Amino acid sequence: MRTICFYFQVHQPLRIKPYRFFDIGADHYYWDDYSNKSIIRKVAQKCYLPMNALLLDLINHYNGNFKVAFSISGVCLDQFEAFAPDVLDSFKKLVATGHVELLSETDSHALCSLKSKTEFKRMVQNHKEKIKKHFNGYETKVFRNTELIYSDKIGGMVAEMGFEGMLTEGAKHILGWKSPNFVYENAIDPNLKILLKNFQLSDDIAFRFSNKTWSDYPLTTEKFVTWINALPIEQEVINLFMDYETFGEHQWAETGIFEFMRALPNAVFKHTNYGFSTPTEVVRNSRSISQIHVPIPISWADEERDLTAWLGNDLQNEAFSKLYEMENRVAKIDDEEIQRDWNYLQTSDHFYYMCTKFFSDGAVHSYFSHYDTPYDAFINYMNVLSDFILRVKIMEEKLAEETQ
Amino acid sequence: MKVLMFGWEFPPHISGGLGTACYGLVKGLVHHNQDIIFVVPKLWGDEEPLADFVNASDVVIDYREKKFKKIWKNLTYLEVSSFLVPYLGPEEFQKYTDYAIHDRTDVDESVFSNKFEFSGKYGKDLMKEVSRYALVAAQIAKSKDHDVIHAHDWLAYPAGIAAKEISGKPLVAHIHATEFDRSGETVNKPVYDIERAGMLAADHVVAVSHLTRKVVIEKYGVHPDKVSVLHNAVLDASIIKSSVYKNVPEKIVTFLGRITFQKGPEYFVEAAKKVIDRDPNVRFVMAGSGDLLNRMIERVAELGMGTKFHFTGFLKGKDVDDMYAISDVYVMPSVSEPFGIAPLEAVRHNTPVIISKQSGVAEVLRNAIKVDFWDVDAMADAIFGLLHYDSISKMFKELGSEELKKLKWEHVAAKLVTVYDKLHKQQP
Repeated sequence: MRTICFYFQVHQPLRIKPYRFFDIGADHYYWDDYSNKSIIRKVAQKCYLPMNALLLDLINHYNGNFKVAFSISGVCLDQFEAFAPDVLDSFKKLVATGHVELLSETDSHALCSLKSKTEFKRMVQNHKEKIKKHFNGYETKVFRNTELIYSDKIGGMVAEMGFEGMLTEGAKHILGWKSPNFVYENAIDPNLKILLKNFQLSDDIAFRFSNKTWSDYPLTTEKFVTWINALPIEQEVINLFMDYETFGEHQWAETGIFEFMRALPNAVFKHTNYGFSTPTEVVRNSRSISQIHVPIPISWADEERDLTAWLGNDLQNEAFSKLYEMENRVAKIDDEEIQRDWNYLQTSDHFYYMCTKFFSDGAVHSYFSHYDTPYDAFINYMNVLSDFILRVKIMEEKLAEETQ
Repeated sequence: MKVLMFGWEFPPHISGGLGTACYGLVKGLVHHNQDIIFVVPKLWGDEEPLADFVNASDVVIDYREKKFKKIWKNLTYLEVSSFLVPYLGPEEFQKYTDYAIHDRTDVDESVFSNKFEFSGKYGKDLMKEVSRYALVAAQIAKSKDHDVIHAHDWLAYPAGIAAKEISGKPLVAHIHATEFDRSGETVNKPVYDIERAGMLAADHVVAVSHLTRKVVIEKYGVHPDKVSVLHNAVLDASIIKSSVYKNVPEKIVTFLGRITFQKGPEYFVEAAKKVIDRDPNVRFVMAGSGDLLNRMIERVAELGMGTKFHFTGFLKGKDVDDMYAISDVYVMPSVSEPFGIAPLEAVRHNTPVIISKQSGVAEVLRNAIKVDFWDVDAMADAIFGLLHYDSISKMFKELGSEELKKLKWEHVAAKLVTVYDKLHKQQP
């Protein structure tokens, strides 16, 4: 049977507070508790709580024939735990239905897959444990990397960790004439199935839904089912991957996005031969059609679908390399706060704020940044990193004294 | 002697060194029993009552009077010829040209209100303010008795010239900075023209350093006999004992100033790289803001020293004092600095300083290391030396504070009074 696979990304970074040069060496708490809490609360009211309730309704109403998958970053789970236990509970309820899949990712929504296999595995393991702890022993089977970043090599590492499948972007320059609506396999390890995002249909919902200058505005469920019915019959899986904040936050409630989602399952069941599946079901039920070759990492960001939103200029490269210079030193330090900050400092958003690609995608970038300029973001991050390095150094000295 | 003085700003409302220097000078002149009428475009009401302050915004002008018409004619000429005004964006430029075209024809119909609200700031409609200021100056020159006129920097020169035309009293043009300092070789012609007109109309020109005097003679063609040097001084020479301690173990090397071409920030960045390569236990701080800030940030990232080189943004008040206090070395690598008061502030905090040879302050401060602004190797050597060889920095600290005590505004004012006397005697 043909199927639609919904995956929603749930992530909020731990934002850094304004941290001045004068604070280096004196203030070791970097996190902007006030804004982190208020943002979590705001998004909870606008998106997480109403959308979770809606999904729970739909799952119950269609007796589990409607299903979705989430990937919830560890840094986001930590914030739910601290600021929004009600949101965490509502996710638990969804998972308890048995029709909601949770995916694995790096604990702090990091870019470490590009830098260090050891750190990557450690982060994935930590996230797996966290999911297990919060969701009644839940075992993840499919992996999604930060920002859907994927390459053959990253896929190889993910296969080594025992995952059955992995999600990534159906980037044009990777697919060429091929369609994203099939299951593929990793070029290094054929045991790892690859699901590709159908960015056309995904972005119709996630980005274009309320765009009045779009020729297909307004998007209705009737239109949507016409489009998926028009797809060649042999194309069997449509991967609709998007940020969960699409619902109520990027697309406000007033746009009708909730009504669209409420009506969609019925339209699909009534007018098409599609069903709904979770990534694990797709991976297990479909045969891969071919290998997919991705020698250079891709992502789901911007027109280029590459890494330049995070590692595209000197500022980002400097911050990134200075951070990962610390990896081996941090690994030797048994200190809860050092480990916590090491995790949170790796969150990809910190690098995203330093992006200077102001042209085609600048608008999207500035929407997601609380800094006035990428330069401010860099200065603030580097000040914090400088303090972090000082702390590690002091710990090392202490350790050396103790062993003497 | 009664001095009619035209300034642009006065403490506590200042945006740069000009206001501070005016304040010091007025204080010194008062010490020598001079009467001063100090005119600024805008008064805030909390100025220290050292002089008879006149708020240019409050002066009523009768535009129909013949003499004003004559001045206005010259001024509109200045305005119309000066469409390329500093600090103006295209939008303001448009507004400005509209103004010049529409408003100049029917002056005696008084399309302007008789009073003009000055902002007293650099920025939008700067030329308009400068010109209005001159009109107001003429009115003041007519109503206020005085023996000599003294104008500070180009913004006040049209005012000085206008006042001189009305009262016929001698004019002193005070040069705190020239257009060549601000913009390098790509000078703004209208500003240059105003500066030159002021210097040529003046009976005497006072420059803040020999360096500036040379510029006045060579680039503005002023006769050397007419130009003398009057170095700036410090208001308070006492050593500041700060209770602030730095939180980092490394030594701190600081640049503090506007991050613009004139201040040479890029040479500081390059020198920092050389020092860090030899000694990683140093932190560099660039405090301030300006049009080269982002380029400096990028360069620091490119050189891979982002965890050792910090930017604080614009600092004010206590943060400035704290910054000086926690610094182990202060560097002023200015490409062109008529005087440069900041190193003296550093000395007050017992911080050893490195200054460029292209700064006026180098002429008065002996206990400092002086390097060419472009010589980043020498700058790196000097930073390294001051950080590692305690004897030099110790010596600088001891002798620097002694030197400061000699730099008093009373001394500066005494010299100025002799200039005034000479001019007064030459009067027919």
